[in-house]
Amino acid sequence: MTQFLSLLLNGVSLGAIYALIALGFVIIFKASEVVSFTQGSLLLLGAYTMARLSGPIGFLPAVLVGILVTALAAFLIERLVINRLRGAPVISLAIVTIGVDIILLTELIRRIGPDILNVPHPWGGESVRIGGVGISQNRLIAMVVAGLLIVVFFVLFKYSSWGVAMRASAEDGETAALMGIRQGRVSAVAWIVAGALAAVAALFLVGAPTPGVSAAAYTVALRAFPAAILGGLDSTGGALVGGLLIGLAESFAAGYQEHLLFLGRGFGEVVPYVVMIAVLLVRPSGLFGTKELTRV
Amino acid sequence: MSEQTLPAARGATRAPARPASNARPRRSLLRPLLTAALLVVLLAVPFYVDEFWLRTGFAVFGAAVGAIGLNLLVGTTGQLSLAHAFFLAVGAYSYVYVSGESGGLGTRAELQGLGAPPVVGMVVGVLLAGLAGLVFSPIAARLRGIYLGVASLGLVFIGVHVINTWTPVTGGFNGRSAPQFSLFGFSFGNDDPPLAVLGVPFREAERLWYLGLVLALAGYVFARNLLRSRPGRALQTLRDSEVAASVMGVNVQAYKARVFLVSSMYAGLSGVLYALSIGSVAPESFTLVVSIQYLAMVVLGGLGSVGGAALGALFVTALPLVFQRYADVLPLVSAPGQGGISASFAARYLYGAAIVLVILFEPAGLAGIAQRLRSGLRRGRAPARRADAAPTSPPTPSDRPAQGSETR
Repeated sequence: MTQFLSLLLNGVSLGAIYALIALGFVIIFKASEVVSFTQGSLLLLGAYTMARLSGPIGFLPAVLVGILVTALAAFLIERLVINRLRGAPVISLAIVTIGVDIILLTELIRRIGPDILNVPHPWGGESVRIGGVGISQNRLIAMVVAGLLIVVFFVLFKYSSWGVAMRASAEDGETAALMGIRQGRVSAVAWIVAGALAAVAALFLVGAPTPGVSAAAYTVALRAFPAAILGGLDSTGGALVGGLLIGLAESFAAGYQEHLLFLGRGFGEVVPYVVMIAVLLVRPSGLFGTKELTRV
Repeated sequence: MSEQTLPAARGATRAPARPASNARPRRSLLRPLLTAALLVVLLAVPFYVDEFWLRTGFAVFGAAVGAIGLNLLVGTTGQLSLAHAFFLAVGAYSYVYVSGESGGLGTRAELQGLGAPPVVGMVVGVLLAGLAGLVFSPIAARLRGIYLGVASLGLVFIGVHVINTWTPVTGGFNGRSAPQFSLFGFSFGNDDPPLAVLGVPFREAERLWYLGLVLALAGYVFARNLLRSRPGRALQTLRDSEVAASVMGVNVQAYKARVFLVSSMYAGLSGVLYALSIGSVAPESFTLVVSIQYLAMVVLGGLGSVGGAALGALFVTALPLVFQRYADVLPLVSAPGQGGISASFAARYLYGAAIVLVILFEPAGLAGIAQRLRSGLRRGRAPARRADAAPTSPPTPSDRPAQGSETR
């Protein structure tokens, strides 16, 4: 039972991190109809910046700079590439983000090399026990911060003028444009927010129990794709549920590995994809995605 | 479904443009000549160049087969798939398993293999890859556009996991070696029988070159003919609008399943050729990076163009190998571990940038550039005819695959 609770708690905290990434993914899709394959390398960029700068300028400034740099990178991608392709088919847009991702990722991997960079979290790698259930401090803080950020995000999304503008243009871009909503700006802000969210996720993703910043962090970040798809690409709430589901599934599959040995070692790493495919079989637009209607 | 639908279908096609009627006579002479010249050059290459280029060439032929297959799926039908590496793996491992010997070498004695003739292994590889595509296609047919792209991403990770786990068949993490190819007793190895043509010894590289050439040509011709036939038109209509396609009587689900079947069979063959060219298979050869490389080939070549896919394969496959070979001559590129940018990184930068630039500025890819050059040439040589040939500008292919159907 203790193991179950522990896995549950760890799964939720991992899921909260996935949810942050998936949320960025979803708002980019809502604002600019782009499925951004750049989230993984943006996340790695954030982690790399934090790891490299926290020596010279200290932890907190490094985190802030990391978030800024990642948001800026996302903004530049939007301005320089995506914005020029307004109206292009979804597939071309997705492919172009893959191209950007290759360049950014190659550069980061070349810089990181075979090393594992360390982000010196002040809370270190210790774990705390809550009534017999152990969880690393990093994951606990991640859960709290991610929860706060998600609440803030949803409040802004609902009430701020940016949120209203974004929901309007996601609903019907043309009408929103006619009402004076600047599509370009909405999309740029969405990318900035997504970049910042990815950087925050990066901060916690590279902390305990993960060893540090290495090329493997990219693979971990990729598992946020199933989270976003699972919940439905155009549903922010879905991203949340999807993130939690994926986090839980991964945590349980890794925790009960001995019982799942017939599926091979390291099954936890692929379980997000298995869950995703299973869900898509039943609901092709994800759990909460808008069902595509065809009107003739 | 006869005369009436034809004009519409032709309007939607992007197969090599049929330019204004005046250009017909000259084309009919020029094209076969060029094709013949290219063929002669390709046939003559093994007599003149050394082993490195022949091996690179074989890798390119293998990749071209895979790229042509992916192009049918992504370019022609508009189904974004990142699962190509998975189907390559199915083909490669089926070949290795079916044609490999049991026992394996030294320490890994538990390897299994059926020891069938390599041709059987190749055929089984292609068929099993096709089967895998067919099994996945019901999922694929339910998913639209981008959902398919990400779902297929999952297939690659699951595939790599299976390869790592299923050690008796796949050799696990370390992989296993691929048996040499042979055709009815004629081995594609260095000797047995020793062979020399016109004083040039025909060793493994030379023999494989011809094997690759034949298979790549067959794949090319098949895809070209497919695109010009009724199913090809149906697939293109599917890309432009699923609704329109189904109204025209195209069975959307069935065609999606079939194109997945064909595309993954191409991938299977490509996987077999890959195993032959490397001489062994390992899980790291079938990761997401490989899927993305194939996507890069298709995009660079020009979505929907069969010849373009082959060109893209040449670019993406040969580039790192050439960089590696000339690392000391090229600026910025260096051998691994000497600072500077290693060859594989340099190649990745290049094709990453190429993807972005192609989509931004030349969505028709290399095929589009070739098209423009050709029509530019024609215009230059026949300025007088230009006046009566109404729209001389090449029919810019509707290169951007329309996404699904109208959804709002």
